Amino acid sequence: MNIRSRWRAVAAATALTLTWSASGAGEKIIIDQGYDDQTRIAVVPFETAGGDGAGIAPVVSFDLARSGQFDPLPPENMLSLPTRPEQVFFRDWRVLGIEYVLIGRMWELGDGELATAYHLLDVFNERELLSGRLAAPATKRRDIAHRIADEVFEQITGIPGAFSTKIIYVLALDAGTSYARYRLELADSDGERARTLFDSDQPLLSASWSPDARRVAYVSFESGRQAVVIQDLVTGERNRIAEYRGLNGAPVFSPDGNRLALVLSRDGNPEIYVKDLASGALRRVTRYPSAIDTEPSWTPDGNGLIFTSDRGGRPQIYQMDLATSMVERLTFQGDYNARARLLPDGEHLVYVHRRQGTYHIAWQALEREDVRVLTQTSLDESPSIAPNGTMLIYATQDRGRGILAVVSIDGRVRYRLPSAEGDVREPAWSPYIDALSPSSGY
Amino acid sequence: MTQARSTHGSRPRFSLFVVLLAGGVLAGCAGCTTPAPDPVPIPEEPAAPTVEPTPDPEPIPEFNEAGNPLDPESGLPLSRTFYFDFDKAVIRPSDLRTLERHADMLRRHRDRSLAIEGHCDERGTREYNLALGERRANAVRSFLMSDGVRDSQIETVSYGEERPADVGHDESAWSKNRRAELIYR
Repeated sequence: MNIRSRWRAVAAATALTLTWSASGAGEKIIIDQGYDDQTRIAVVPFETAGGDGAGIAPVVSFDLARSGQFDPLPPENMLSLPTRPEQVFFRDWRVLGIEYVLIGRMWELGDGELATAYHLLDVFNERELLSGRLAAPATKRRDIAHRIADEVFEQITGIPGAFSTKIIYVLALDAGTSYARYRLELADSDGERARTLFDSDQPLLSASWSPDARRVAYVSFESGRQAVVIQDLVTGERNRIAEYRGLNGAPVFSPDGNRLALVLSRDGNPEIYVKDLASGALRRVTRYPSAIDTEPSWTPDGNGLIFTSDRGGRPQIYQMDLATSMVERLTFQGDYNARARLLPDGEHLVYVHRRQGTYHIAWQALEREDVRVLTQTSLDESPSIAPNGTMLIYATQDRGRGILAVVSIDGRVRYRLPSAEGDVREPAWSPYIDALSPSSGY
Repeated sequence: MTQARSTHGSRPRFSLFVVLLAGGVLAGCAGCTTPAPDPVPIPEEPAAPTVEPTPDPEPIPEFNEAGNPLDPESGLPLSRTFYFDFDKAVIRPSDLRTLERHADMLRRHRDRSLAIEGHCDERGTREYNLALGERRANAVRSFLMSDGVRDSQIETVSYGEERPADVGHDESAWSKNRRAELIYR
């Protein structure tokens, strides 16, 4: 490599490193890498009469930017700031190379309600692609912004947006000391508006969502031993649903929300069970004395499970058909493959893969054995996939501290969510959430 | 089988203990008779009483104030932490003697019980590490039970990688975190 080409590589890497802060309140997300050929969009600051809509455009812009597929124009580079379709002069945007313009207005309806009107315009074809109106409580301003970003993303890419989703994760403070604290946190998918769902002086882990995004299941050591807890996010009610002798771990809701797969070692060694949540009936689904069977995850049709087992000597991923109990091994490369999750298509999986002593997130098609390593950090674990299947969030280390990071399923887009304090770990990406619906509970 | 092993295992240890004590007394006496070249050994006399309490039949405490067992030889607390190799749940041969002493204590004190905590280093997935930590705790439990400790005296809990002894991210920290700890109740 000569000096000139090395320079170019450095310049390219620098250009891709963007730092954004959606609201200024939280920590900055660092976008490490996006696609080469990004869509150029301008999200014009919304007009605000009465209601303060100033925060909308930055949140929408940032949502689109962190998808890696969009390159939003900074407002200071805009030649005009239209808020209604008739105020848009397409040549103002064409000269800037902008392909799409999003404009909008927000006003008060009384009783703390805000109305928002927005329009997405195609600059080259000089036409409106999308227009919408939303009414929502003023407290849901960020939800309004995420909703608009979802619609814009879908209109332009054809893929539903997942910006309105949430994440849960564990924040460990002073880990390794006698005054350690563990918090189960709920936040927007961009890490903003974090709040604590449960706080304990004992470890918490393995949080996962119910498909209706109203409940979460997780593992808690609050009683001094392991228990699986289901917590209702709306009422705050908590139930310890498994607290047997030995392990009580790795809970995951079935796609219909009626069953929970989990790991118990009450019969001597870790085996996978399925609990019917209505009747409480428990069914043991793996039988492999002396082996570790753990980390179950459902197939999207709810008829099968994938799981980690060391029945072959080393941890590998297996799939089981629940009707026939037939088991098939899925991973063959490397001597450590664990904690797999299937993509929404049911055809691909991601998991933790050890290569040359370091742990990365890897991707593979079910029917093929070639493995694509998606992450370049180390000690990467707990991959959790966005409901639209485009990105996954995972836990990694940054200068000795646990942080969350996101990578696209093709490995080409990456960003990190740094945290102000503690170690952040065990992320779980929610299903789709209609946060603007009063019945959503959000 | 278990019974045979436990009685067989305890007797020689006790006699070894007596031999060591006797050795200690002999060594002490040898010490006080050494000043042969000096013909005025009278002021040296007070050294002798210090060795005398040792053969006294007064029972040596078996547990310290914290309730942890003491090594009958040294009188120091018995080590309660046992380390493991990466990704392994096999007790190291060098730990067997100490574990036998713990088994001895628990056999002679059926009212005492303990929790065995299994731990891992941070590498690998958290749930798999919980299972590996349980395997380590169970390895210690099986050893103690094969040496006559009752199931009802033992509870195991795995913390996986959740409670590191050292929060560092290198082999030095990891080697301290792959462990089983005995917590006497």
